[in-house]
Amino acid sequence: MTFAVEPTFWTAFLQQTIDGLAFGALIALIALGYTMVYGIVELINFAHGDVFMLGGFLALTVLVLCGLEGLGVDQNRIKLDDLGLWAKAGLIALCLLLAMPFCGAINFGIDYMVYRPLRTAPRLAPLVSAIGVSFILMNVGLFWGGAQDVNFPKLVSDDNLLPADTGLRLTAKNAMVFGVTVPLMIALTLFVRFTKLGKAMRATAQNPTAARLMGINTDAVIGITFAIGGALAGAGAVVFALDVGTISYTMGFQNGLYAFTAAVLGGIGRIPGAVLGGLIIGLVRYYGSAYVGESWTGALIFGILIVILVFRPTGLLGSPTREKV
Amino acid sequence: MPPLLEVTALRSGYGPIDVLHDIGLSVDAGEIVTMIGANGAGKTTTLLTVSGAVRVRGGRVAFDGHDLTRTPAHKVVSLGMAQSPEGRKIFPRLTVLENLQMGAFTRTDKPAIADDLEKMFGLFPILKERKGQAGGLLSGGQQQMLAIARALMSRPKLLLLDEPSLGLAPQIVTQIFDIIRDLNAKQGMSVLLVEQNARLALKVAHRGYVLETGRVTLADKASVLLNDPRIRAAYLGE
Ligand SMILES: Nc1ncnc2c1ncn2[C@@H]1O[C@H](COP(=O)(O)OP(=O)(O)OP(=O)(O)O)[C@@H](O)[C@H]1O
Ligand SMILES: [Mg+2]
Repeated sequence: MTFAVEPTFWTAFLQQTIDGLAFGALIALIALGYTMVYGIVELINFAHGDVFMLGGFLALTVLVLCGLEGLGVDQNRIKLDDLGLWAKAGLIALCLLLAMPFCGAINFGIDYMVYRPLRTAPRLAPLVSAIGVSFILMNVGLFWGGAQDVNFPKLVSDDNLLPADTGLRLTAKNAMVFGVTVPLMIALTLFVRFTKLGKAMRATAQNPTAARLMGINTDAVIGITFAIGGALAGAGAVVFALDVGTISYTMGFQNGLYAFTAAVLGGIGRIPGAVLGGLIIGLVRYYGSAYVGESWTGALIFGILIVILVFRPTGLLGSPTREKV
Repeated sequence: MPPLLEVTALRSGYGPIDVLHDIGLSVDAGEIVTMIGANGAGKTTTLLTVSGAVRVRGGRVAFDGHDLTRTPAHKVVSLGMAQSPEGRKIFPRLTVLENLQMGAFTRTDKPAIADDLEKMFGLFPILKERKGQAGGLLSGGQQQMLAIARALMSRPKLLLLDEPSLGLAPQIVTQIFDIIRDLNAKQGMSVLLVEQNARLALKVAHRGYVLETGRVTLADKASVLLNDPRIRAAYLGE
């Protein structure tokens, strides 16, 4: 990284903040899927990270079908340099438009086929099944993309959008990350807060029996919740692939772990908690790399998680008392 | 005319255990019927099974010309049956207003819903005062009013009420029962009432059933039950 001026402590700090928030926003988007599902069925959907991963491969496949290079197809490919800004934006939009329903449908399907039949079974049964589904999806990813990291077309550049004399970098990639994640999080919040279906989701999460007695088809509401969580993961996958530039069948595991941690940190089951937890984890990761050392970030993130859970077992925004009657 | 609700030889339960063995009861249109019985007799389970929240294992539930025996709970409301469940089961983090809106979940007639909302605020002014607050922050009595109002928001033909007086101050109980009697008298709404307070229940009801360990053991006019020495000894504390 080259700076136009020698970075002072504060510009460096601000830089870590920008990068941390961008990464955190991505993690938050994935964390929302964990937290929404947990909120409504009290299940950790371990397959969620792998649904995210499959979204990355779907996006790459879409781009290859559109004529870009990838997945080993390199004959007669369109050159990225030949594509204008709008063409690239169009391709990104297409990836989002296909990855979101794709991942939403997978997540809905998992619930329908695996978790729903186990809804009244002892807790351990769906949990173990979730781990099993995670492995199955990971193997699908391995089959789809191979064991190596796979290059993803660089549709978004690293160009700095800020004037050079600020000494700060807000790249086009950063802008893309915020441009996709923030509107989705706002849309989700508005949906859950104000629509009839959103209220039915909250009602089902707070008291499923009462929700059924109100005429709410709770199985359908739960299915929709899985679909929405999956769709957000699909968008996250496109963002991640564009930002990092490579995808692999293991990307769901690592980012899923970060996202799950974010959800727990913020208070699992709480939508604002997932966003807060994601941003904290993003910041800790970047501050940690800058001021403590890259190799300590994992330990730092989980150290903070443990400390917070010791003092607030329900997470930062979780309600301190159990509300279930 | 057949009864509005007719339950025949109903059997249901939880897990491996049957809780209800043989429940037979009926509620006519315009009637208030009460079920009394000791703790654990199966009153709540009867209401939940009638609503479809607990699965029917044997027997039959018929309501207003529909066979509800295999009908899931969420389809029962739009047929005209609503329940104010035991323990109120308010949505604690939805506002009072949102709780009431959930009661009207199956309805699409927006102007009429708005009318009914105003009616509920008329019946229970405290709910209007606190409509923006989370349901979980209400007092027990207010939550009970909210649970009843929420059930009424579906415009039920039959209201299932599970222990509306539990834990409430006497004057609030009187208030709630006056409202129930009024809805029955003026709008012809039928009520199936479960109450710990058997004396009160038998006073407002037209007929009553006595439940013992999952079976109906006695059924009669409420005034007759009120004077039955066995009832007086077992349920009225005399
Ligand atoms: N969710 C449940 N799972 C398992 N058993 C249950 C459940 N709910 C109730 N039971 C059992 O079923 C029996 C009947 O309970 P039910 O709640 O229907 O009685 P009730 O007549 O409403 O009693 P109360 O007056 O205390 O409310 C009891 O033995 C109770 O322990
Ligand atoms: Mg009961």
